[in-house]
Amino acid sequence: MGAPLLTVADLTMKFGGLTAVDSLSFVANAGEITAVIGPNGAGKTTVFNCITGFYKASSGTISLSSAAGDFALATMQGHNITRQAKVARTFQNIRLFSGMTVLENLLVAQHNMVMPDVVHGVLAVFGLGGYRSLERQALDKAKYWLDQVKLLSRADVPAGSLPYGDQRRLEIARAMCTGPSLLCLDEPAAGLNPRESDELAVLLTSIRDSGCAIMLIEHDMGVVMKISDHVVVLEYGRKISDGTPEHIRADPKVIAAYLGEDEDEVAA
Amino acid sequence: MAYALQQLINGITLGMIYGLIAVGYTMVYGIIGMINFAHGDVFMIGSFLSLIAITALTAMGISSVPLMLALTLVFAAVVAGIYGWSIERIAYRPLRGSFRLAPLISAIGMSIALQNFVQVSQGARNKSMPSLIPGALKIFEQDGFVVQLTWMQIVIFVVTLTLLVIFTWLVTKTSLGRAMRACEQDMKMASLLGIDTNFTISVTFVIGAALAAVAGMMFLLYYGSIDFYIGFVAGVKAFTAAVLGGVGSLPGAVIGGLLIGLIEAFWSGYASAQYKDVAAFSVLIIVLIVMPTGLLGRADVEKV
Repeated sequence: MGAPLLTVADLTMKFGGLTAVDSLSFVANAGEITAVIGPNGAGKTTVFNCITGFYKASSGTISLSSAAGDFALATMQGHNITRQAKVARTFQNIRLFSGMTVLENLLVAQHNMVMPDVVHGVLAVFGLGGYRSLERQALDKAKYWLDQVKLLSRADVPAGSLPYGDQRRLEIARAMCTGPSLLCLDEPAAGLNPRESDELAVLLTSIRDSGCAIMLIEHDMGVVMKISDHVVVLEYGRKISDGTPEHIRADPKVIAAYLGEDEDEVAA
Repeated sequence: MAYALQQLINGITLGMIYGLIAVGYTMVYGIIGMINFAHGDVFMIGSFLSLIAITALTAMGISSVPLMLALTLVFAAVVAGIYGWSIERIAYRPLRGSFRLAPLISAIGMSIALQNFVQVSQGARNKSMPSLIPGALKIFEQDGFVVQLTWMQIVIFVVTLTLLVIFTWLVTKTSLGRAMRACEQDMKMASLLGIDTNFTISVTFVIGAALAAVAGMMFLLYYGSIDFYIGFVAGVKAFTAAVLGGVGSLPGAVIGGLLIGLIEAFWSGYASAQYKDVAAFSVLIIVLIVMPTGLLGRADVEKV
């Protein structure tokens, strides 16, 4: 469908003697939802950590080409990956700023738009440099996303006091407030009940349709098969399959990885 | 009654100065979890900068006291801000991510270095200055005891209150303040949202240093005498104030500062001026036994 947005080539990540990701290559296209699945310990989160600059890859390249330009993510500084390359992510365990209000969480994500540099920061102290109108724009955007994730009525409560499912949605809204071209979600459906999972699927599809590509780590196969355009399967740090959900579902290697091999098949 | 009221006024004046320094301790602790032991010395440098500015402005023939104070305040705050930025850049940033005690030791080293720098460059003898703002308001008289509020105390109230209001607004309402609070809660996540955390930490140090410098200027104007060692005692008191109020809490720092100031003033007034420090620190110990997180501090409750 879309042009390649994220290209991972020969990515290897070693921790001492352990190779968590082993010469992995795949492409995530613009305007698509790419799911990364695999058994526990397959290296999925490690791949995300390399993409978002938490880890420096041992070797290999990660390049992102979007409207904003071409970026080599593996060599960029952490905050610039969000700021310039426009990659946003959420975590397996929720990492909201729990002491700040729901609204403030979304405004923090827009800090760079409100105060792009030191000069603006100094001017803002005196209310100059368009600070007020930028702040108002940030507020509008925050409200838009609060509305999208159905949290508008909870805007002023501390984020930490929200129920679990709401916190998950708030994390996605916060990531979207950075204006990303690629959104990386690490198990967004973990701990959600079936109704909440369905709502999540609708939200993610609408984000994709608005033009933001999504990369998704997920164990909930119902969600993965329903919304993904493209699935990458990892096992022990290696890619064992790559294709459409239908292709993956039929791939014997994937079935073996998930269900274990049948004794007859091994014999045969 | 009259005497108590006078001690109350004196105590609040002193407490405001402590509070202004304590804000710097608490902010830095909040954002990078270290006690900046060099903060008291930035306060001392602020008072020396003020003295230099006042001397220079007098030599230049500026006689208007308000103008002189305003220029001195800006000069001291800006130059001390540069000190604060440099201290963080030189002594703390290279050690970030190192073991916890490393920046603490580096801070103590920085404190000694700054003290010795001022001792060598300004001389070890204490410097004094005539009062710039003489006179007082008589509030009321009882049994021959006059309760008075000096103009100097009024200036201290107005300046510290204004700064604290601006500062509170900055932290609670502006984008910069939100970024600072975000870094305080989760540095990595803040960075992932595109916030330049190193820059935000630098800004915190600059603001803390500027506030300490203003406190130093107020100290100079109030007592009229400074030396290179004042940063140590004032720093320890302000640190106590920050702990008393609950380290990491901004209103706590101000309340802690006021409390320490009041305890000192009342203890000197009614018991013994020589033991005022003993009283202040005893209260600290008692509060910490009863409330380990300080008056307004929140206990960290880890959700499992």
